[in-house]
Amino acid sequence: MKKSKLVLGLMALMLVLGMLAGCSGNGRDGEAGGGANGGGGSTDGGGAVKGEITVITQRTDIVDTVFKQYAAEFNKEYPDVKVNFQALSDYEGQITVRMSSDDYGDVLLLPTSIPLEDTPQFFEPLGDLEEMSKQYIGLEERAVDGKAYGIPIAVNFSGVLYNKKVFADAGVTTAPRTPNEFMAALQAIKEKGDAIPLYTNYADSWPLTQWEAVLTTVAGDVDYVNVTQPNTDDNFVPGQPHYELYKVMYDAVAQGLIEKDPTTTNWEASKSDLANGKIGAMVLGSWAIGQVQELADNPDDIAYMPFPTNAKEVIMPLADDYTLGISKHSKNKAAARAWVDWFINESGYPTTEGGGMSPVVGAPLPDTLKQFEGTDIKFELQTPAQPGQEGWVDKIDKDAEIGLWQPDFKKRIIEAAIGNRKESYDDIMKELNDAWVKSRAKVTK
Amino acid sequence: MFANLSYKTQRRIIIIAFSLIPVVLLFTFAYLPVFNMFKYSFTNWNGYSKSFDYVGFENYQTIFTNPKYFSVFKVSLYYFGATFVQMGLALYFATILSFNIRFKNFFKGVLFFPYLLNGVAIGFIFLVFFRPDGTLDTLLQVIGLGHLSQGWLLNPNIINISLAGASLWRYMGFNFIIFLGAISSIGKDIYEAADIDGANRWHQFRHIILPSIKRILQLNLILAISGAISAFDIPYIMTGGSNGSNTFVIQTVDVAFKYSKLGLASAMAVVLLIIVILVTLLQRVLIKGDD
Repeated sequence: MKKSKLVLGLMALMLVLGMLAGCSGNGRDGEAGGGANGGGGSTDGGGAVKGEITVITQRTDIVDTVFKQYAAEFNKEYPDVKVNFQALSDYEGQITVRMSSDDYGDVLLLPTSIPLEDTPQFFEPLGDLEEMSKQYIGLEERAVDGKAYGIPIAVNFSGVLYNKKVFADAGVTTAPRTPNEFMAALQAIKEKGDAIPLYTNYADSWPLTQWEAVLTTVAGDVDYVNVTQPNTDDNFVPGQPHYELYKVMYDAVAQGLIEKDPTTTNWEASKSDLANGKIGAMVLGSWAIGQVQELADNPDDIAYMPFPTNAKEVIMPLADDYTLGISKHSKNKAAARAWVDWFINESGYPTTEGGGMSPVVGAPLPDTLKQFEGTDIKFELQTPAQPGQEGWVDKIDKDAEIGLWQPDFKKRIIEAAIGNRKESYDDIMKELNDAWVKSRAKVTK
Repeated sequence: MFANLSYKTQRRIIIIAFSLIPVVLLFTFAYLPVFNMFKYSFTNWNGYSKSFDYVGFENYQTIFTNPKYFSVFKVSLYYFGATFVQMGLALYFATILSFNIRFKNFFKGVLFFPYLLNGVAIGFIFLVFFRPDGTLDTLLQVIGLGHLSQGWLLNPNIINISLAGASLWRYMGFNFIIFLGAISSIGKDIYEAADIDGANRWHQFRHIILPSIKRILQLNLILAISGAISAFDIPYIMTGGSNGSNTFVIQTVDVAFKYSKLGLASAMAVVLLIIVILVTLLQRVLIKGDD
């Protein structure tokens, strides 16, 4: 009896020790693998680039198709580099969690939620901003102390995506230019009765943030977003761009020019509804044009216009999509760099899959932009923040919990316009402005 | 070598060796995060930076002085109310299905099934269910109550009832299965004796089943109430907390990840933890009283 218990005890001990040994064994294996990788990625200047890199992307839809082709193309030029892909469905949420470790791939998109000044902790500088600006546009968004950390994977422009046929059927043949013309056009579509004039995509939330991107158009001034805004206490008062911009949203909802029940909208369905003329217009970035045209029977019906504005000049703002950079902890930085350069310059992603402009200086314009050639609509990048004021807008925004790039207050506006809230449009704007003033004082002191 | 040790020592070694792994796992994945959460709640950490400052009780002060953070607990009352309906229904079905009826196992499966579904899937199912001219409206029309249909998620007075209803559908199966387990542990002979004494089904429920499962009833109540306070998945997936359906946990998540205030969000999580602990303690004290 005693003996059998002893045997049992010994076996148990061995089991435990075995497990511990197993754990440590795994640890050693991992280290060995890492070491080998490091050796492979030697960057002894000028030699052939080799090694294995992991590219993390947000495009779950094309990671196994288009990206595989990219890798094959890339390998023709760099046969010794093995490229692995990982696609994250909730890119922003998942990558920021992974970035608390050292293992977040070699090439990845810089999450927009990372504060600008923290960028150097996570990413490898790609070069001097001044030097690289001769080659690429849109680097300013991710530049710290004169070094560029990310190259945009595409440069988007923002405005209103609409179905030309729906507008024409309602008697609107030219794209509305001012908010009043826009409202009249939406009203005409409603009276015609076949289509939803303006679709909000309220339930999916994130499409509401697309409205913020057209702020420059409403302001009619490329300085407004980054230069004027952090230096004004009147950001949400009548007459100012924010107030005028979201007034369009509020009025459209209050006049019943949107979908019947915004709380149950569906983004995927809305794309085909716009393509098939069940929806008149949606406020979206240029990246959506291709996706909707693909679903349309007649792609020529799908057109793009600047957001309606009372400003003298009509500016369609150009802005970075995600920017692409290299992890500070990458073991194969040379191979990672080769992929970044190849992806931006050679892959064709910015115009084909990205649906915008190429960030490469002097690259030809995509077809979607050709319709604006010869009009008075200008395409301009926003002025970057003044030295010493970088990241102020973001800091004020976060501290005040306003959420310029979050759907929250846009949802409040829609709820108020429907009549679900007791507050009026002016109440919401006043509250936002008070929060802005308070936090601006704190951040800029 | 191991054999030379005394039986007592051997036993101790084995106990320690066996409990080492679970304790280490428990510590790393349960206690360490909670400890860190407490630590972060005193900082202004943004969730990414390598550096942060200690700000003392500033985060707690923000939570308790700004009504914005606490007013959302009103929404929990809807889920709290739904809790009692949920337990009542679960108890009703558990009692019925513990007697001999046809297709017993089939019904058990049907009732428990929603609990096995993924919360995200349930969110989407109910989005279609509550859509205008969706499943619910169609159903009402079929049974001649078409005039009752309305914007189930659009109407701010109804939205929380709709969501609590979805949540009730989801979690009832869990209560149900626990009640069923407790009821089936009651001996058959007691029912037989009751039958001989001429007790009907109601008498049996009132005097046999209910007293036997009192403990389980209390346990389910505690779970349900802390669930109501920390309601999250159904409203988060279906409405994202919009249109007046915001709960405390959704707000915590927003503060942490939308506004990068991880310090403040940790403080909110600590507050929630304390509230749940208090409620549980309170219940135990109150229930002890009538034992």
